[in-house]
Amino acid sequence: MDVMTPSSAAYLIRGARIAGGDAADILIRDGAIAEVGTGIDAAGAATVDAEGLVALPGLVDLHTHLREPGREDAETVAGGARAAAAGGYTAVHAMANTDPVADTAGVVEQVWRLGRESGHCDVRPVGAVTRGLGGVQLAELGAMADSAAGVRVFSDDGTCVSDALLMRRALEYVKAFDGVVAQHAQEPRLTEDAQMNEGVVSDRLGLAGWPSVAEEAVIARDCLLTEHVGSRLHVCHVSTKGSVQILRWAKSRGCNVTAEVTPHHLLLTDDLAESYDPVYKVNPPLRTAEDVHALREGLADGTVDCVATDHAPHPAEAKETEWATAAMGMLGLETALSVAQHTMIDTGLLDWPGLVERMSAAPARIGRLAGHGRPIAPGEPANVTLYDADTASDIDPAALASKSANTPFRGMRLPGRIQATFLRGVPTVLDGKIQ
Amino acid sequence: MRHLLSTGDLSRDEALLVLDTAAELAQVGDRSVKKLPTLRGRTVVNLFYEDSTRTRTSFELAAKRLSADVINFSAKGSSVSKGESLKDTALTLQAMGADSVVVRHNASGAAHRLAEWVDGAVLNAGDGTHEHPTQALLDVFTMRERLGRLDGLRVAIVGDVLHSRVARSNVLLLHTLGAEVTLVAPPTLVPVSVHTWPCSVSYDLDAVLPKSDVVMLLRVQAERMHDAFFPSAREYSRRYGLDAERFARMQDDAIVMHPGPMVRGMEISAEVADSTRTTVNEQVTNGVSVRMAVLYLLLGGS
Ligand SMILES: [Zn+2]
Repeated sequence: MDVMTPSSAAYLIRGARIAGGDAADILIRDGAIAEVGTGIDAAGAATVDAEGLVALPGLVDLHTHLREPGREDAETVAGGARAAAAGGYTAVHAMANTDPVADTAGVVEQVWRLGRESGHCDVRPVGAVTRGLGGVQLAELGAMADSAAGVRVFSDDGTCVSDALLMRRALEYVKAFDGVVAQHAQEPRLTEDAQMNEGVVSDRLGLAGWPSVAEEAVIARDCLLTEHVGSRLHVCHVSTKGSVQILRWAKSRGCNVTAEVTPHHLLLTDDLAESYDPVYKVNPPLRTAEDVHALREGLADGTVDCVATDHAPHPAEAKETEWATAAMGMLGLETALSVAQHTMIDTGLLDWPGLVERMSAAPARIGRLAGHGRPIAPGEPANVTLYDADTASDIDPAALASKSANTPFRGMRLPGRIQATFLRGVPTVLDGKIQ
Repeated sequence: MRHLLSTGDLSRDEALLVLDTAAELAQVGDRSVKKLPTLRGRTVVNLFYEDSTRTRTSFELAAKRLSADVINFSAKGSSVSKGESLKDTALTLQAMGADSVVVRHNASGAAHRLAEWVDGAVLNAGDGTHEHPTQALLDVFTMRERLGRLDGLRVAIVGDVLHSRVARSNVLLLHTLGAEVTLVAPPTLVPVSVHTWPCSVSYDLDAVLPKSDVVMLLRVQAERMHDAFFPSAREYSRRYGLDAERFARMQDDAIVMHPGPMVRGMEISAEVADSTRTTVNEQVTNGVSVRMAVLYLLLGGS
């Protein structure tokens, strides 16, 4: 990924706790981190008072739906990039299920350019695995990899590459350019018309069930395939206890698999569907408290490598309906860090360096994204997020930067607030306001 | 009681109040002038997204016997079929000043959603595979009338429990009223978490029949065999259909219930359907009284 015109402005961040450590000053100049230390004196640099704030490397999302091209009524690349910046992100991976589908070099380059023009966040397109997400024929993976967008992550997210042979071939093929197949694990026959997690709540509510086994069976198969062909697999939005167990087993065998968990699966449970409010409808569905517990443990011990938002904006009319006809998906970018703090830091399951690994370093590594997920150290790109972990607020959908308002966290009191985000030394958020 | 969305929301006292009120109002049906002025000037809207002449007519009759104004808002041939959302329809009904909306919808939870968008009382007349509270109330009313008690009554509910809103509402209500429910179905047609429900489950109809005071048959759609819920209609009928031979093994005073419409041959044989111990027609009559009671209690009639 090439670097955009660096800002000539210099910023001196005073007294930030880098990854939760002792207070230090950070001098940013020419898009890079020039100096880290105490009592830095930098004439001409704009000073940012970061007393009490935590400084983190800019967050990286492996799983974002930006909707453009095709559904600009829900979100645009530029709008999604602003929401990402507001959430402390400096890079996001834009999923391929747009209209047209991002299955050619032309479409991925279009998305990549829109991201560059926005300037709020690097947008790395994800390429579709199969043409039109049809699950029948491979898309031109090599052309997308070779394009200006430099695609390395391939996914049919929204649908599963359920054909075992096609999945094997995709895994093999992406080895040529160090790509990774990110699987949306969902056995289609077991989830026809599925509306929510299959269990006590779905049975009572009369909503068709989405059984855990439909996710777990595909993950197990894909881990074995990956091992067999010596490739690299990433599992999207792991949602069940059984999936965590299978991943733990696969990793212990040496399988080259990584996995992500969403903020909503770390916090919310399927009983929220009792209101029949589709703001809680998502795919994979919210599961049980036991699953939430296992996912947190998996994220803590590294079985699950990273947090990814699966940010999925939808216009109001797609959610103000009866449950079965409503769209699946939730906003995530602007609340991800707060939810991660609440579920992982405040519970003692992770420390700040651990969270940096899972929300910045690991996703950048999995996506083979240079210039992101780097430590805050001299010479590194100045992708920095300043976060106030000691405040808390009630989530107000109307206050979010996203064009849509479908946040399942509305009304919940969550900790933390993004005070500033720097993308290669340029503030995209300053004093809590998008620039 | 502000809405009637699920029988699970009814306390024992509330459920008994509905039944007792229905018993009083049933006498109106026996009079030559079958009308009470109770709900004069109130508007009841029947909002039906599924074809169900039986249920719609029953609600219409109930509302009219209480002198309410009734508007039938059927999904067909209205703005609803032209793609208007449930929310927009709700806002329209709200603007019309509907005091109560009776809603039948193919989506589970539609009545819950509607209740958030209108001020009037929402009456769930069947939502997807979730619940059908007035059906359960009329079933229980019929049991009490026929057998004189509910406490300790042994009720077998036979058929496609998984997709049945009637079963869900009956299990909850019968449990609240002290009856003992046994669900009988092939294992494919009960929910996976059925062990958490307040009832027992059996896969063997012949074992349950002699121990039942009430046998309630649910409608089973033959098309379910295409989704591999059972191999064939014939096999279903052989294992779970109520034929004359099985009927003969029931207790002498045990009754057979069916929410209608019946599929003769598949779930019930013709001779059982026509037996005097089969309460299908009484259920229809009682349906009007129970719906009158619910409207009366929801709309605070005097
Ligand atoms: Zn997905």
